[in-house]
Amino acid sequence: MNKKTGIFSKIYIFIIMAFFYIPIIYTVIFSFNSSRSLTHFEGFSLQWYEKMFNDSTMMQAVFYTIAIAVLATVISTIVGTITAIGLSKSNRIVKIVVEQINSLPIMNPEIVTAIGLLMLFSTLAVKKGFMTMLLAHIMFCIPYVILSIMPKLRSLDPNLADAALDLGATPWQALTKVIVPQIMPGIVSGALIAFTMSFDDFVISYFVTGNGVNNISIMVYTMSKRINPSINALSTIIILIITVVLILINVIPIIKDKKMKKENERI
Amino acid sequence: MRQFKSMAYPYIVWIAAMIVVPMLMILMYAFTVKGNDVTTFRFAFENFGRFFSDAIFVEVLKRSLFIAVVTTIICIILGYPAAYIIAQVQGKKKMILVLLITLPMWINMLVRTYAWMGILQDDGILSTILSFFGIEVKMLHTSFAVILGMVYNFIPFMILQIHTSLTKMDKSLIEAASDLGADRLQCFLRVTLPLSLPGVISGITLVFLPAVSSFFIPKLLGGGQFVLIGNVIESQFLTSGNWNFGSAISLIMAVIIMISMYITKKVDKGEHMEGGRFN
Repeated sequence: MNKKTGIFSKIYIFIIMAFFYIPIIYTVIFSFNSSRSLTHFEGFSLQWYEKMFNDSTMMQAVFYTIAIAVLATVISTIVGTITAIGLSKSNRIVKIVVEQINSLPIMNPEIVTAIGLLMLFSTLAVKKGFMTMLLAHIMFCIPYVILSIMPKLRSLDPNLADAALDLGATPWQALTKVIVPQIMPGIVSGALIAFTMSFDDFVISYFVTGNGVNNISIMVYTMSKRINPSINALSTIIILIITVVLILINVIPIIKDKKMKKENERI
Repeated sequence: MRQFKSMAYPYIVWIAAMIVVPMLMILMYAFTVKGNDVTTFRFAFENFGRFFSDAIFVEVLKRSLFIAVVTTIICIILGYPAAYIIAQVQGKKKMILVLLITLPMWINMLVRTYAWMGILQDDGILSTILSFFGIEVKMLHTSFAVILGMVYNFIPFMILQIHTSLTKMDKSLIEAASDLGADRLQCFLRVTLPLSLPGVISGITLVFLPAVSSFFIPKLLGGGQFVLIGNVIESQFLTSGNWNFGSAISLIMAVIIMISMYITKKVDKGEHMEGGRFN
């Protein structure tokens, strides 16, 4: 690459990044605004943070979001792992059919999945609220878990489990001591995807919830009709947590690598 | 080993109940009209007839498709160069750039869309800047705001998809082309671009699909008057409670999405064949 295009590239990337981050920076700045305005910054204050923590509907939404995300992640990771292992030993036709149906919630527009579940729950007369939202989240999380585990299972040597069984391991031991450790990276990334999908979900939650059970997305949607800077305060906290976690995830392996190298040098 | 097979059975029951049954319900409701009770359902195309004979609904459908197509095109035009530049960068810098693009995706979409409401407001920061140049335009509650919101939310998918296909590409092909006398533009048009098309295609899928069905972006940035097909489905289910008509509309939307995906894939294949002829 010659120098001239280098400068153009840098400017272009800078503009794109500005486009990405201006709304985020805007949110952070206006969360500290001393007035209600979303357009004029009138002075520094922490009042919106205070209001946020005292707002019971907001705190409830945060609680429901986290509770559902944690439960949905744990359940869908366990079920997804069990199913993926089962599928890898099933015959071809079962495997293909299940994989096809499994990918439907990923391929379909969210709103289609949402109305399907809404009609299902209403027809069965399930009381809408925490339970229906949790069931819906488990439903759309499992496919992602299975999808991220299947490639790991495909590259697994099928003789490994057989060897364990021949050497006297019980099927349970073969499973937990041989298969699961081998596919752990897939399980972990599946769980991570499940957690973020659940944490960020709006469309499906919006359709299947009821009785005042809201998550953060639904709350922002319903509150956005009137200006409420507390949303900015909450957003800022979410942005902060996500940024720190993402940086840690990306930096820790680098630090570990460096430490390993140093230790290797010492040896 | 075979005993592990049964581990998939519970999930088969689960998908039958949670995925297959809801899909069948959408089909059933779409092709029936409301009766007094379940037994009086009858097979009918009335829901579809009502949709296509009503000028308002057809208008909404056209607008949704227009907005989604424009969003997708802008995402390609703006996203391709960005992906291309990032693909050239190496090492730590590349990792940071990819991280910077993925980071906003982890932040709740509604939160990010809400931020644009403040920026685009009539006396907001953007209109203040524009008024320095003597430009007075209303931005919030226009198609511009909706398209902007969609591009903002969906462009990272496009960039990442194109970036992946560009980095996977065999670099020696470009070297070979330039050794054989192709200049940089030719290298790009004849080698890089055709090889990155699969990335563009999957990017289109990831942008067009949510753009056509989105309903909170038009609601937040387009205002109450700005209705897209997603908003119609929402109101059929949550306000007027007409499941039959709502199911029919979502079926129409799903079919349109399938057709567009099919065309996109066809075009992709066609271009490959053309490339084959040139080679």
